[in-house]
Amino acid sequence: MEAINNLISGGAVQDVLFYVFAALTLLCGVLVIANPFSRSPVTSAMFLVLTIISMAGLFVLLHAFFLAAVQIIVYAGAVMVLFLFVIMLLDLKVEQRRKIKVFGFFAGIIAVGGIVSILVKSLATAGDGVAEPTIEGGTYALGKLLFTQYTLPFEIVSVLLLVAMIGVILLSKKKLE
Amino acid sequence: MDWNFIIFSIVKIAIVVGVVQGMVAYSVLAERKISAWIQDRVGPNRAAPPFVKYIPVLGPFLTRLGIFQPLADGLKFMFKEDFTPAGVKKIYFFLAPAIAVIPAMLTVAVIPFGSMMGQQKMVIADLNVGILYTFGIVSMGVYGIVLAGYAANSKYPFFGGIRSSAQMISYEISMGMSVIPVLLIVGNLNLSQIINWQSGHGWLVMYAPLSFVIFMVASFAETNRTPFDLPEAETELVGGYHTEYSSMKFALFFLAEYSNMVASSAMMVTLFFGGWTLPFWGLDQPAHSLGMGLANILVFLVKMLFFMVLFIWVRWMFPRFRYDQLMDLGWRRFLPLALVNILITAVWLWARS
Repeated sequence: MEAINNLISGGAVQDVLFYVFAALTLLCGVLVIANPFSRSPVTSAMFLVLTIISMAGLFVLLHAFFLAAVQIIVYAGAVMVLFLFVIMLLDLKVEQRRKIKVFGFFAGIIAVGGIVSILVKSLATAGDGVAEPTIEGGTYALGKLLFTQYTLPFEIVSVLLLVAMIGVILLSKKKLE
Repeated sequence: MDWNFIIFSIVKIAIVVGVVQGMVAYSVLAERKISAWIQDRVGPNRAAPPFVKYIPVLGPFLTRLGIFQPLADGLKFMFKEDFTPAGVKKIYFFLAPAIAVIPAMLTVAVIPFGSMMGQQKMVIADLNVGILYTFGIVSMGVYGIVLAGYAANSKYPFFGGIRSSAQMISYEISMGMSVIPVLLIVGNLNLSQIINWQSGHGWLVMYAPLSFVIFMVASFAETNRTPFDLPEAETELVGGYHTEYSSMKFALFFLAEYSNMVASSAMMVTLFFGGWTLPFWGLDQPAHSLGMGLANILVFLVKMLFFMVLFIWVRWMFPRFRYDQLMDLGWRRFLPLALVNILITAVWLWARS
């Protein structure tokens, strides 16, 4: 009993959960783009949903409950449902295997290289002590930061979304009255 | 986190899931009895295990009430042939009922159904972001229905699935917006804190009546109940998304629908009607004795049953909306109304401070 108590409170559960969620995220992420069993777009979309949910799990382990909840509401609950909706309405058939184009291949390698270099750089400068999570699940601190220090970037992002929305309406209307 | 916490959590989860399942079974019976009453019929009054008729007075009485009907229904669903039509997408066909049930069961995890029993808080998970958690889980409920429609690989279920995804996305927005005034007033996302606030200041329905109306209508739409049951409109879509399902898989969709009803009743009670509190007999404070703890749970259940009956009553009193009316109500009436409601509440709070 004592041993189990220590095991639980010693953070072993958190460690195990971290590896479970991280593995799930990576596995489902790979299955979104390269699923050997199915080429159906719906399957890809469902694996993307799983990826998002396991990422929310990672956020929970970082005590960022707000981010986890928002991640699920916005991405899994709204964006992916719309994806699925569009896939079903367009009635996409199972995708054919395509030959890999030389240009696409090299562009992909360059993109992956860029991301990896950024990752390595940030990991190298981070130091080994992991900082305690500052946003303790509270929305208060996050909201305060968003409306004081980061007001301008926040507003610019909202305007960007508005511009995208207006653009979609413009494009989808055939003739302007 | 220690050993005690885990044991008590497991016990609480077992009890809550059991109670919710029991409520689901008996709300089906209530639905049939109330509909019978509204339509001047008798309702289920025959089903009984063989030995019951030998009990004098009580036996026939219970049989007439239909107490044993849910048992018979459950057994029937288990023993029916589980038929898989040719041409369905097998994996999704099997997954869809499960995906529909899981979110419906998960929602109740954050709802405080009582104050204290001894040292234990009567809530499974006292999350800081309780409301957001519920909205996240509720929004996952769409997948079950959409995938059921997709997996069946035939026209009517597909229409049902598409309709339900459009409907649920539309009303989720109004639902989320309608709760914001509540959050503004209370200043906390934690459901226990919202109940605490209500025990000091009075029920939130008096502060944000418009929020409550929008939330209630949106939760009718989210649970696919009449007048918003277009995804399973029998007259035009045969049975909607569950046309191709039979046996226990079909029953799971029913289970999901009624569990969603239980969950949204609980949410309405928690957000707008004071949760487990009553303003008199000292029931508005966390209980110190086991008796008061039980009384608090009882208060919560009674309030919840009121909304369950409301759900059932509305289904048998009102006709179904047309699809364009549904979209019109969601996007052109409720969304602006909810936005104005947020603005008014914010101005009122600012003027008061």
